[in-house]
Amino acid sequence: MDKRYTYYPGCSLHATGIAYDKSMRAVFDKLGSELAELEDWNCCGATAYMSVQKTVAFAVSARNLALAERTGDDVVAPCSACYYALKHTREGMGEDPELRAQVDEALAAGGLATDLTVAVRHPLEVLLTDIGIPQLIEAQTHSLEEFRPACYYGCQIVRPFGAVDEDPELPMSMENLFTALGARPVDYPPKVRCCGGMLVATMPEVATDLSMDLVDWAIANEANCIVTVCPLCQSNLDLINVTKGSNGKSHQIPVLYFTQLIGLAIGCTPEEVGMQHALIPPDAKAPRLRSAQDRGAPLTIAGTREG
Amino acid sequence: MKTLDPLAGPIAPGVLSKKEHELRTAFLEEIERIPGGGRLNQCIQCGTCTASCPVSHAMDITPRQVIGMFRAGAIEELLESRTIWLCASCYHCTLRCPAQIQITDLFYALKRIAIEEGIFPKRFPVHVMSETFTNNVKRYGRNYEVGLLLTYFLKTKPIGLFRQRNAGIALLRHGRIKLRPDKIKGIEQLRKIIAKAETFDLPQEKVTKEKVTAAVGYESIGR
Repeated sequence: MDKRYTYYPGCSLHATGIAYDKSMRAVFDKLGSELAELEDWNCCGATAYMSVQKTVAFAVSARNLALAERTGDDVVAPCSACYYALKHTREGMGEDPELRAQVDEALAAGGLATDLTVAVRHPLEVLLTDIGIPQLIEAQTHSLEEFRPACYYGCQIVRPFGAVDEDPELPMSMENLFTALGARPVDYPPKVRCCGGMLVATMPEVATDLSMDLVDWAIANEANCIVTVCPLCQSNLDLINVTKGSNGKSHQIPVLYFTQLIGLAIGCTPEEVGMQHALIPPDAKAPRLRSAQDRGAPLTIAGTREG
Repeated sequence: MKTLDPLAGPIAPGVLSKKEHELRTAFLEEIERIPGGGRLNQCIQCGTCTASCPVSHAMDITPRQVIGMFRAGAIEELLESRTIWLCASCYHCTLRCPAQIQITDLFYALKRIAIEEGIFPKRFPVHVMSETFTNNVKRYGRNYEVGLLLTYFLKTKPIGLFRQRNAGIALLRHGRIKLRPDKIKGIEQLRKIIAKAETFDLPQEKVTKEKVTAAVGYESIGR
């Protein structure tokens, strides 16, 4: 507790992923950890820059690492693509002396330097390791017993670098976390499948099929919400809520960020965690969720912890 | 589905066309610096990559075939396919490849060569997205989602904007669309960094022109 982190929100968390930004800040604040936004951060380069120019992609991303070294705190990157790009830059420069020399020279042109000392981490891993499930249970004020989340991990936090040390084909960290907080996660086999990513813009017909499959699978397994760790996964799945399926069937389910759910459990209000930005707010499809949001609801941690 | 012409690759066994040789040299240079890039010759053509790929059903050439075609000396033909531009970078193939080939990173290397050489699939301007994205970064320092999508659709398929209107309206109504781009304070600094880094990415002296024959297959990728 009381640890400081350098917060790298990334471009999406300032726009489509605004609820992720709000819930990140609310949760870390509630838990007494400081999230200091990296000053004047730039785009991580995502997957697109690597498709065009390699050294530039590394250099663009490395500027953020160089800026973060001013405080030396661990960088927390909630977006899967940012997490991957920053981590890939750190690892890639560490492994390849030639690349490192080139990126160093590029940074020097901007008066910067990096010695690759700051760690790049994902908030899921930070919350599980630095804060830990026992600490979260202690901070819990509201039960999540009405939630039956389908825990969706997507791609780049499990592959190729696992953010959390677990089986990349079958991660269970979110299931364990939410079970401990009283929720009842459903079995969700496609948890590490691709949501379509940027194909939603370039090949919408392909991406929509992938996302719709993920939504349908969650509904079929009787989940009452999907929990994501990435702004692109969240918006791709959430947009299925306003897309008409080819068979006219409804494909509607609330799609939340894991930090929103944690926030509700530790006493943040739905507004504080950005619930108003969800295309389908949880209580529209799952009225029973309200009890978890009622302030002052009795603590029901005991007895729901294991499951 | 595109039919593959077995004769489109090497002009004779063991002999590559000049273009093919150029592409091959550029590709080998690119992958040499990917950790494990040289493992390409370990491919056993098992098809785990294709089976793991969430979008292989929409590809005209599967990921397994990409490696096979590279070996057979048909890089130009595979750059003309949609395959590399369909990759959503989910890294499932990379995770599962029994030969530990960094397939996703190989695809990035192929995309960079395609952009550098200007070889793209017909009526499939996905690369415009990557280029628009990088232009956005150079301009603002950050990516501006609305600007990115508007520019991409206007450049490629304006009808796409109309089709996606429901999504746009829904996001707007929920306060998830930013109407103005953020520009970072250190934009000049970032541009200097990019300009310097670009000098390392400029096309290198590619091939020794007189030598247009090269071994096809394992020998040429055995570095």
